[in-house]
Amino acid sequence: MIYEVFRQERKGQAFAHAGSIVAPDAAFADAWAREQYGRRGESAALWLVPRAAIHEVSEWADEFDLKYRRVDGYSIKARLKEARERAGSATA
Amino acid sequence: MDSRSEEFLTYVQGGGQVEAGDWLPDEYRQKLIKFVEMHGNSELMGVLPEREWILKAPTLQRKLALTAKVQDEVGHSQLIYRVVEDLGKPREQCLADLVSGKSKFHNVFHYPTKTWGDVGVIAWLVDAAAIISQKALLKCSYAPYARIMKKICWEESFHILHGRDVVLAMMTGTDAQRELVQEALVRWWPPLMQFHGNPIPRDEDPMYVWRIKSQGNEEARQQFLEGYVPQILELGLEIPDPKLRRRDDGVWEYSEPDWEELRSVVTGHGPRSQDRLEFRRRFLEQEKWVRDAVLAA
Repeated sequence: MIYEVFRQERKGQAFAHAGSIVAPDAAFADAWAREQYGRRGESAALWLVPRAAIHEVSEWADEFDLKYRRVDGYSIKARLKEARERAGSATA
Repeated sequence: MDSRSEEFLTYVQGGGQVEAGDWLPDEYRQKLIKFVEMHGNSELMGVLPEREWILKAPTLQRKLALTAKVQDEVGHSQLIYRVVEDLGKPREQCLADLVSGKSKFHNVFHYPTKTWGDVGVIAWLVDAAAIISQKALLKCSYAPYARIMKKICWEESFHILHGRDVVLAMMTGTDAQRELVQEALVRWWPPLMQFHGNPIPRDEDPMYVWRIKSQGNEEARQQFLEGYVPQILELGLEIPDPKLRRRDDGVWEYSEPDWEELRSVVTGHGPRSQDRLEFRRRFLEQEKWVRDAVLAA
């Protein structure tokens, strides 16, 4: 079975994918992951996840152009200029 | 090349990275397997020249450090073969191709380790040359390979320091010890100069074109010379190349390495190629029961 290894370098940090190991069960995976990713005390913690258990989301449909939810959905430059001119607060 | 592959090529050339589950052009996958597999082979074969010295190490501390280095390198080969497996070639097949001579491993691991001086020079300079290539792989277009390179480079920096410490201990010792280092340097210089490969322009190197590597061969060699020649010379060692010099523009000139020797050595005709393959074959067979037992659990 393939286990994906996620490694946390220091407490409080995010776990980042570090590699994978092959092991017949969780006990072997535990022993091997410790050897590979922790024998110099370089990891605060490891997550070992059977590859098959990972549900990946990577297809991002955007048919409806949802940019009103993002910063790049707003271009305020022209309107701001107009508003400033109306208010007489425009500089230069 | 079909349009999908062209799109992929443009993507990786722009610095894009891909994951194991992504669609990969066949040519890319093949090149990648060949490259990564040779790296895995080299880590595995690379422990043999040093392994011979574990029993003969001069102090207990050196014995432990050398053992730790050997464990690191075998660990690297396991991580790297894992990457190859995900690309579609099983580890058993990689090992079979290695021992049958079908696949290759790096030139520097085909040579004998005559004295403790060789152990120091290997750990310091061979690992230094290797870390230059490996650091350039941190930007590899194949992200799973790039990620494991972080751990590998981190451990290699310990190896270089360990090697430099071995060399420094000898250089601050007796004349006989200094002589051992000098002799080892003379033996290792030609293979070190061949290590990064022929100076093919990077845009003609398929491994660069697909951004498996992020630098050309000559760039890597120049970086090695720039970084390490001063460190070698400051110890009073002599580099066996009368043409070696740094030009005013910072480019290193050197005698043309023996590319024929490189070709012959990596195709299994080096002084220790066959012994080491035989050793690997024997252990592969001898330890089969361990793999069977563990993988059947």
